[in-house]
Amino acid sequence: MKGTIENRDVFLKNIARKLRREPLKNVPAPKWAHEPQWDVYKEYTKDQLVAVMKEASQSIHTKVYETDSGHLADVVNGAIDDYGGGSVVTTRDPRFAELGLDGVLAKHRAYTWNASDGRKNIDIAAKADIGVTVCDVMLAESATAGLFNDKDKARCVSLLPVTSIVIVPKSVIVPRITQAMEMVEKKARAGEAISTYINFISGPSNSADIEMRLVVGVHGPVKVAYIVVSDR
Amino acid sequence: MPMKIGNQPFFKGVDEAIHDSFMVNAVSSAQDGLRERKLRATVGDETLGSWETWREAGEEIRSHTLNHLDYYLKQLSDNFASRGGHVFFAQTAEEARDYIKKVVRQKNAKHVVKAKSMVTEEISLNEALEAEGCDVLESDLAEFILQTDQDKPSHIVVPSVHKNRQQIRDAFRKLGYQGTDEPKELAAFARKTLRRKFLQADVGITGCNFAVADTGSICLVTNEGNANMVTTFPETQITVMGMERLVPTWKELDTLVTLLCRSSVGQRLTTYVTDITPGDESETVDSPKEFHLVIVDAGRSNALGTEFQPALHCIRCAACINVCPVYRHIGGHAYGSIYPGPIGAVLSPILGGYKEYGKLPYASSLCAACTEACPVKIPLHELLIKHRRKYVEGGGKPPIGEKIAMKGFGIGARSPFIFKVGMKTAPIILKPLVHDGAIQKGPGPMKPWTNGRDLPAPSKENFREWFKKHKQKEKLKHVQDKGIGESL
Repeated sequence: MKGTIENRDVFLKNIARKLRREPLKNVPAPKWAHEPQWDVYKEYTKDQLVAVMKEASQSIHTKVYETDSGHLADVVNGAIDDYGGGSVVTTRDPRFAELGLDGVLAKHRAYTWNASDGRKNIDIAAKADIGVTVCDVMLAESATAGLFNDKDKARCVSLLPVTSIVIVPKSVIVPRITQAMEMVEKKARAGEAISTYINFISGPSNSADIEMRLVVGVHGPVKVAYIVVSDR
Repeated sequence: MPMKIGNQPFFKGVDEAIHDSFMVNAVSSAQDGLRERKLRATVGDETLGSWETWREAGEEIRSHTLNHLDYYLKQLSDNFASRGGHVFFAQTAEEARDYIKKVVRQKNAKHVVKAKSMVTEEISLNEALEAEGCDVLESDLAEFILQTDQDKPSHIVVPSVHKNRQQIRDAFRKLGYQGTDEPKELAAFARKTLRRKFLQADVGITGCNFAVADTGSICLVTNEGNANMVTTFPETQITVMGMERLVPTWKELDTLVTLLCRSSVGQRLTTYVTDITPGDESETVDSPKEFHLVIVDAGRSNALGTEFQPALHCIRCAACINVCPVYRHIGGHAYGSIYPGPIGAVLSPILGGYKEYGKLPYASSLCAACTEACPVKIPLHELLIKHRRKYVEGGGKPPIGEKIAMKGFGIGARSPFIFKVGMKTAPIILKPLVHDGAIQKGPGPMKPWTNGRDLPAPSKENFREWFKKHKQKEKLKHVQDKGIGESL
């Protein structure tokens, strides 16, 4: 379904007139003289990037667990306990099964997001203590979990519960936001659908709006933990 | 004028501000903290390489985008609409308000939640929607505080910087808050109060840090998570953007998000960088189903094709505000515009005209700290001088006294005789006003200055006389040195 566009012609003509030319029909893709972003952590190995990410996570109040695929279920179990257990909600994501996590999630009676159940999902997530997600891209520089949300990988799971636990397959770690943006741009150029909600999350929500004093945990999660798993 | 704060003249606002010691202290300490954080995350972060190169990259992107603005806005609107979103181009604040009111009416919406947005402040959207009978709630903590206390922003990144915790506690009392003035407790109260409101909202309104032309996406850069709430629960999402706030592709978004996060709050990335693209969300439980994008001119095109075009490169990081010595002493409200500090002094006259904001370019010592701090290299202090020139040349209506003074100075400076007489007589004429080597209470044009600080008394010896003596001394010294050298 196509949306509407109102008042465009006169608006754009005014801009072109102010710029003292006719409206532009085509602009060749610009070639930039400066692109310093590509030099940051250039040629770092995954292990080096994990080290960068671990250091960055310290300044955003986020705990990092590290494990391999054989021990992941135990570490997830431990992390849920570390954060007080309680009710757990997860996205609907086939990677939980691929990572061998079905058993541990069942043990904690985790609720799996189910879009066909409608509003009930939001009510469950709003009352949940812990939300568990698998991240799509991890930005080492800022210890940022990139989540490409959709109807199953619901945005509420990383937003409403008090604690957010994010599983980070080591293979998705990249140096910085540059590589994540390039992924999206490449998809768009290839005519593939891009996620309608791309969420880059760096630790728990926070604010310094009262006398510049940092308060961790405002509208989103109060606590965030990453579990890095060597998957390949 | 929608972007206006208060009704008092500029100098009166300044006069009040400089005597508000809490505000001055709060602003100075916020400036120091933000500036320190910015320096650590920019010039102080070796992993980035040269920060100067990043600034050049930012300038290059902003300059290209503004020079081709019509093309990229067309592309943005085509892509937003092809994915099902609705786009409205608003030439004026009134057109923007009317469109948003129409959407809200059509949805029969009663509860509106907003994420922080300066452009919606600029177009006085809250008042317009409240007049429609809507319950409009600001959800950014600072904006929530200001709304509860019926106050206005004094900084574009930390809008409630002028308020202390006791004032915030007292404001929250109106909502039934019983707790202490601990920031953590106050924030927890806001979390609880707002959580309920998010879940029942019909319409969510956001600003736009950057739109991405080639996919029709909107990027929001936040820390609290409120923008995520606003773009998750309401059925309808309305995004309001200044027409210049876009980038060609996601590649440029990368650079500008980096510049914004590091320059505004000194973070590598803010806690949330959220990119929203309209799409078919009919099966998604936690997403709006209808998307509107309102693209606002409201005076911005006044700068296009003029010497002031670089002002539109601004990415609203407030780095210039955080280094400005004038802002430090007068805070944000004294500017009388929702856009304070150096960028406010450049932007407000463009958007609102010289009649209302022609004095703001004088709220600067022209020290150029703002220009140096700007991550996209806007020559702010040069633009302030250009505004001043236009203002006195007739672009504004400078006070008669100032006109006469300028004219008088012009005559005096052209005539060596009058100039000399002026220099000689100044110390004598001003003598009655001098106490302890300084003028503390000056009359007329000196008054605004001496209200805030002392004006050094004119020296009895003028520069020309001093220079003449100095030259003679130097000559004598040179002759003596030469003499010694020869005797050796």
